[in-house]
Amino acid sequence: MTTEPKIWNTLERDYRERLEAARPYVMDGKVVEAGDTVKLLEAVVRPGDKVNIEGDNQKQADFLAQCLCEVDTDKVHDLHMVQSVLSIPAHLDIFDKGIAKKVDFSFSGPQAGRLAEYVRDGKIELGAIHTYLELYGRYFVDLTPRVALCVGVSADKNGNIYTGFNTEDTPVIAEAVKFRQGIVIVQVNEIVDEVPRVDIPGDWVDFVIQAPRPFYIEPLFTRDPALITDSQILRAMMVIKGIYGEYGIQRLNHGIGFDTAAIELLLPTYGEELGLKGKICSYFVTNPHPTLIPAIESGWVKSMHCFGGEAGMAEYVQARSDVFFIGPDGSMRSNRDFAQTAGHYALDLFIGGTLQIDKYGNSSTATASRIAGFGGAPNMGCDAKGRRHATPGWMKCGEEYGMHDELVGDLPRGKRLVVQLQETFREKMAPGFVDKLDAVALAENAGLDLPPVMIYSDDLTHVVTEEGIAYLHKCTSMADRMAAIRAVAGFTEVGMAEDPAETASLRERGIFKTPADLGIDVRRANRDLLAAKSVKDLVNWSGGLYNPPAKFRNW
Amino acid sequence: MALRELNFTFTPEDPRPFPLGWSHRGVVGSGDMEVMFEQADLGGQVQVKVCTPVVGFDEVWERVLDRCIKESQVSDVSIEINDNNATPVVVAMRMRQAIEEARKEAE
Repeated sequence: MTTEPKIWNTLERDYRERLEAARPYVMDGKVVEAGDTVKLLEAVVRPGDKVNIEGDNQKQADFLAQCLCEVDTDKVHDLHMVQSVLSIPAHLDIFDKGIAKKVDFSFSGPQAGRLAEYVRDGKIELGAIHTYLELYGRYFVDLTPRVALCVGVSADKNGNIYTGFNTEDTPVIAEAVKFRQGIVIVQVNEIVDEVPRVDIPGDWVDFVIQAPRPFYIEPLFTRDPALITDSQILRAMMVIKGIYGEYGIQRLNHGIGFDTAAIELLLPTYGEELGLKGKICSYFVTNPHPTLIPAIESGWVKSMHCFGGEAGMAEYVQARSDVFFIGPDGSMRSNRDFAQTAGHYALDLFIGGTLQIDKYGNSSTATASRIAGFGGAPNMGCDAKGRRHATPGWMKCGEEYGMHDELVGDLPRGKRLVVQLQETFREKMAPGFVDKLDAVALAENAGLDLPPVMIYSDDLTHVVTEEGIAYLHKCTSMADRMAAIRAVAGFTEVGMAEDPAETASLRERGIFKTPADLGIDVRRANRDLLAAKSVKDLVNWSGGLYNPPAKFRNW
Repeated sequence: MALRELNFTFTPEDPRPFPLGWSHRGVVGSGDMEVMFEQADLGGQVQVKVCTPVVGFDEVWERVLDRCIKESQVSDVSIEINDNNATPVVVAMRMRQAIEEARKEAE
């Protein structure tokens, strides 16, 4: 009996074929003219391929995404998109045109409504909604893209890429694709003779294209201090005194939003007054929030690693190389993969806002008609069970954990702090606490296997509202936990069910603390406490190094 | 949008008369409110008039105000609120700030 010899390098052979097909469009080295991009894509992308368009909540490979929309559907169709976000119109246009049919992703933000509609109409087959780390993990398991369309600031003709301070997801995508003999195409703002530094080595890159315009970037983490409300300031005071101070939180992540901006702007004023400088908030893993400038300038922050850059912050960050992670070329390098990993294992606390918290303490930003996804928040907002190093805040939270003896017995174990900041009512009287999350209705409407929950109740340790702080991890039962949620839920339907006697008992046990219990004078909760009251103030704090995007320049 | 007028009367258990003849706090910006206090001989009671565009939250108004009065035990005052979609959070904060500041000012 004779058998055909088994071929072990089909991927490599396939890669060579694709390179050959692209040859007519390659100019000098690895450079392809912008005008040939659509033809290049038709040459190297095959029907049914897994394809990644790089983009996250900040930078976007928008030119390549646009070109993918223009390919001939006879040549390219039925793609399986595997990528962090669906956030620019082109990401969904490819489904409209029949170029792609399936998606595995993480976050959809602005396209969330359209995505839900396409899923309902059968235009998109939805794989799964991931957190960033989960998706990156699957790039190396069962969702390795065959072709990646990436983005950088500049490239040389040999394909060496400089990403600028928005390195973000590029390394993890390029590594997964290139080491499975896939094709990596990078759009850059500029082809140069020599890149300032090599963020992605040239031999990981097959083609570079100078896009006709700079890539799109969203200033997502900029919050104008002028819009911070008294209620946000009150919650910020409670967080600084009742959580950061109480647990000595040194290593943390601040989620996006006005609530965390308020905390940042209170560190040099209220935090200083409480004598907490040096005792809290020394190490951040966060994007370079402009509202952190006053705390950095006042000497609060020892180190800060970033997921990505932030528009207007490049020069400031570069001039503070003791604080940020700066390359040999002098500019910052970010890395979403490492920052997310730090979120899991190296940080003691995550804090962020949400849309809805249910009566059990589960929270979600999903609404019934939008598939918004997660991004990285669940990686930050969980208690990663693999952690083994002790820090004082982590140990204290573990000691206080009401379920500890039930689950671990008498061995000591720490617990990570996961804090949600919540206004009981948002504008238009939308309640922040609900009987049932809209995520449940969304799962039914869109046929999802799992309601998209951002943070589960068993990971959540603290909820802060203007009513006070619920120290949920101290609860010994779900009944306790639900009573603590009612205590902080104010005049929402959930809060109206509060039993005053029960709340009094929670206060005695230290599970619920009001601003008065925390020794906070509510009269002081006003904008006078902010270290900066406007974007202009932030520019002044930075000594003119912060250069805000036009839409934030209101002077 | 049509404005609605809501009227409430509260009877604090341990009445502490409002210390100033007249006081005004806040601005009717979007999501905010102004509140005016005028001393009145109401036999320990409090009268509140709310002008609001919001429909369907009358009970919430009553409960928020009831809690402000219980917390402060303020009495013998006629209160007028001009609301522009302030949330209960903002209402409670503005009321608390106004009463505490008036007491401080009268000291």
